[in-house]
Amino acid sequence: MQKVYPDAKAALDGLLRDDMLIAAGGFGLCGIPELLIDAIVESGVKNLTVASNNAGVDGFGLGKLLDTRQIKKMMSSYVGENAEFMRQYLSGELELEFNPQGTLAERMRAGGSGIPGFYTKTGYGTQIGEGKEVKEFNGENYILEEGIFADLSIVKAWKADDTGNLVFRKTARNFNPPAAMCGKICVVEVEEIVERGALDPDHIHLPGIYVHRIIQGEHEKRIEKVTTRSREDA
Amino acid sequence: MPWDRNQMAERAAQELEDGMYVNLGIGIPTLVANYVGDKDITLQSENGMLGMGPFPFEGEEDPDLINAGKQTITELNRTSYFDSAMSFGMIRGGKIAAAILGAMEVAENGDLANWMIPGKLVKGMGGAMDLVAGVEKVVVVMDHTNKAGETKLLKACTLPLTGTGVVDRIITDLGVLDVVDGGLKIVELAPDVTEDELRSKTEATIV
Repeated sequence: MQKVYPDAKAALDGLLRDDMLIAAGGFGLCGIPELLIDAIVESGVKNLTVASNNAGVDGFGLGKLLDTRQIKKMMSSYVGENAEFMRQYLSGELELEFNPQGTLAERMRAGGSGIPGFYTKTGYGTQIGEGKEVKEFNGENYILEEGIFADLSIVKAWKADDTGNLVFRKTARNFNPPAAMCGKICVVEVEEIVERGALDPDHIHLPGIYVHRIIQGEHEKRIEKVTTRSREDA
Repeated sequence: MPWDRNQMAERAAQELEDGMYVNLGIGIPTLVANYVGDKDITLQSENGMLGMGPFPFEGEEDPDLINAGKQTITELNRTSYFDSAMSFGMIRGGKIAAAILGAMEVAENGDLANWMIPGKLVKGMGGAMDLVAGVEKVVVVMDHTNKAGETKLLKACTLPLTGTGVVDRIITDLGVLDVVDGGLKIVELAPDVTEDELRSKTEATIV
């Protein structure tokens, strides 16, 4: 079992093809697999469908794959930070499937758990519920949502051991575990690969069974909105 | 005088009770955190955190620690982190006692629209649809009228809905209204705002 690869390009070797469905972790620019995204840009693979809560910003994160027109369709809950996204969408060049944020997370978790569909109250009576099966439970209406089964998951974690056990850091965890779970193959980039035994087994956030390939690398970790308070106010 | 943004947030903070787990939306709702006083409130950030702290001091920003509005924040000694699936599990599962959200339109039956303007503003619903579907008490904080001076309290929403019949209470710059059978009920008026003025700026049925 050799899961550790030298770099992002090597880790994605043989996995990319046109028209595939990729699930990506991250929330905004926090906890995004920036090295793997760069390598996908480099590969030139196209007509991608990407399930990701957001679409990056202009020129960073998934925004890079939008700039190069490699994405055909996004499955997201919020895309408000990206002017190029908006332009491509409003001009009809890009497909967009809006998913409520919790529905998107649960669709990934369900897909990764062998659950092809589930009922949720979220979106009932709205555009999101149109065309979906409605079922009543205990007097309330729920809509049927389907699990996401991705061809590939790209994920960012803080630390891994060489068996793929992962630890995330603070709110950079976000969509990464459910995104990791729902792919046939999951490639993870981390800030540090540690020795076996260095991670407390009780503190593993995602067990290595979900992880197939791992790289270690330097991350820019750009902050989208720096907000601070002054020490005088404290 | 109608309430300003901070006064609306201060009024909204009165909706929160000791021990509550609460989700605050972006904009005026975020300001509510400044007015909880001595109440023991745990703030949820739907990107995967309970126990959200204030903004960091300059130079102490952490790119791995942001709120749902993508702003840098801090943790508290009660903080816990979790993934997005668990985060919305607790929202959908009814564990969050109250959500305070902004809105574009609210209808007299509690319908809420706050996620898109077709052909114009296409940002997405984020976690709003999950929150209004799963949270016990949904409080909307918004201006009574839009920038063009048109009322935002309607008989029926014109924009795509976020949820149907989900709003419990509305706090605007003019006062506080509850969604009840048959329409909206005035609970409170902002200082020096008359009932006539509020009614004249409201299309929804006031009962």
